[in-house]
Amino acid sequence: MPRRRTPGAHRLVAPIAGAAAIGVAALVLLAALLALGGYDVASALAALWRGSFGSAYAFFSSTLVRATPLLLAGLAVALAFRAGVWNIGAEGQLLAGATGAIAGAALPLPGPVRLALALLFAAIAGGAWALPAALLRRRGVLEVISTIMLNFIALNLVGYLVRGPLQEPTHAYPQSQTIDAAARLPRFPGTRLHLGVGIALAAAVALGILMRRHAWGFRVRVVGANPRAAASAGLIDVPRVTLEVFLVSGALAGLAGGIEATGVTYALYEGMSPGYGYTAIAVALLARLDPLLVAPSALLFGALEAGATAMQRDAGVPSAFVTVVEGSLVLLVLLLPVVTRAWAARSLGARRADG
Amino acid sequence: MSVNGEFLAATVRTATPLLLAATGELVVERAGLIYVGIEGSILAGALAAAAGAWAAGTGTGVILAMFAGALMAALFALFVVRWQTEQIVTGTAITLVATGATAALYHVLFGPEGAGLRIPVIHPRVVPGLSAIPFVGNALFAQSVFTYAAIIAIVAVWWGLARTHLGLALRACGERPSAARAAGVATGGMRAGAAIFAGALGGAAGASLVLVQSGTFAEGMSAGRGFIAIAIVALGRWRAGGVLIAALAFGAASALQYLFQARGWALPYQTFLALPYVATLIALATTRARGSAPAALGQAEME
Repeated sequence: MPRRRTPGAHRLVAPIAGAAAIGVAALVLLAALLALGGYDVASALAALWRGSFGSAYAFFSSTLVRATPLLLAGLAVALAFRAGVWNIGAEGQLLAGATGAIAGAALPLPGPVRLALALLFAAIAGGAWALPAALLRRRGVLEVISTIMLNFIALNLVGYLVRGPLQEPTHAYPQSQTIDAAARLPRFPGTRLHLGVGIALAAAVALGILMRRHAWGFRVRVVGANPRAAASAGLIDVPRVTLEVFLVSGALAGLAGGIEATGVTYALYEGMSPGYGYTAIAVALLARLDPLLVAPSALLFGALEAGATAMQRDAGVPSAFVTVVEGSLVLLVLLLPVVTRAWAARSLGARRADG
Repeated sequence: MSVNGEFLAATVRTATPLLLAATGELVVERAGLIYVGIEGSILAGALAAAAGAWAAGTGTGVILAMFAGALMAALFALFVVRWQTEQIVTGTAITLVATGATAALYHVLFGPEGAGLRIPVIHPRVVPGLSAIPFVGNALFAQSVFTYAAIIAIVAVWWGLARTHLGLALRACGERPSAARAAGVATGGMRAGAAIFAGALGGAAGASLVLVQSGTFAEGMSAGRGFIAIAIVALGRWRAGGVLIAALAFGAASALQYLFQARGWALPYQTFLALPYVATLIALATTRARGSAPAALGQAEME
């Protein structure tokens, strides 16, 4: 994707202003859709607000809890897209990660050790789930196709596991055994928010520093901007960087699944992710693929998802309305460079006319 | 019907929507655009078919489905042709919008459960005489009108791409857009037209899912068939004949379920659900397809 860069502080100001404008546009679009659908717009939007930012409980226990997996999965997508790797497979990698976490948490070891292993296994499983796509890409297979296929395979694999080898002992429900309290992520007192939010923020900062200040981040950006030049310059091993991006991206999405399993659901089941891996694409694009901007973007989408749940509960509005808004946000984000280009061209033309 | 005969019939039946969508995707990819949103076109077509058939009969359903599929593709074309946005991301967003919009519309039109939705379906048309051919007769000549239309479409696309000026110009847009433009081809219009054609066929694929296979609409019922169609185009090496064979192969992979059930071979249900996706990966892994892709596939035409 072509990206224009402005130097210095403008680099952050322009996207934030753009994101704010897009946030407003999202609300306007949602209101219009609700009106078209014949819903009471005011009460639906009130429910959206109540469920997202309306109270401390909504914010900490609903919005932030949903923003956490979106932040990690959003980082996964942002890193991949930055390198020109079209990883649409965060959803499958997330499920693989959750499966790994459940396996790690079930080991006969002390609680904190199991928790650490669960998160480690989650990252490894997520990376492993991205590996086939990386290897297939070398054989000329578009990763868009392979990662989406892997999403469907992961979902069916989880469906099989929770009815077979990993089913809870009573065999009554299609889900895994619940992780016991000792191996769960600690919660902040009085909320449903867990320590995973800290892990996710740390990952965002680490990836941000890596991308800006480290040679690896530079290589990733060069490979994404112009792989042919990167290869012919002779300094960058493009296939290797691409493979590393696949693995790290998968590991981040897997970690999102691991944190969700040990911090929120405490068990594995098919519906444990309401499409976080797909929403993450919108999260990353709204953040213009900048790891540090993924955090506020994930917060916005976490609020949307949290608000959607409240809207469904209190106003009977299906959460699909919010999916429409999320998809439209991506389209709007794609138009931002088009609009800024047009403005730049116009102001340039005006300046020429003045001079 | 024998078990093998039923397997063949199921193969052709499940291949039909895949072939329809893949035929559309073949055309748009030969024009140089990769349309990931074909999944969204299928979904939009599925809902439009259900609503149209419910309101005014199956014919209306099919027409509305093709229109809805084309509409999603027109939106895609507007973005990637007019505004030169990245094709894969745009297509993914189109799919996301279609997923949400169809679920929301279904909810609005048919209520929270949608359980009361009864729509007319399209039954197979048995071709007298030909359907009596042993073994393949039922598989080929006792299918719905969608199957016959899909076969006609892929033959027409083969002929159109290989033998007409329009096809030559369209292929030029996918190989060397700058040369095509220099030769006087309106590359943008050609690409947009190809996308809309693909969307319409995707919509028809969605209609066949609703009106032939399931008899109702369900959220996300396309279940990745659009993405499989994209894989089919790659496996068929961007040629009409290859696409036809690849689509039938996928139909067979899905139809294995019937064969296994009939023979009493026990495998977890999820194995069959995952099979088409696993088969896609294995098939893509074992063929070297990229060499035959259109040279300018995925690239904006202003370069």
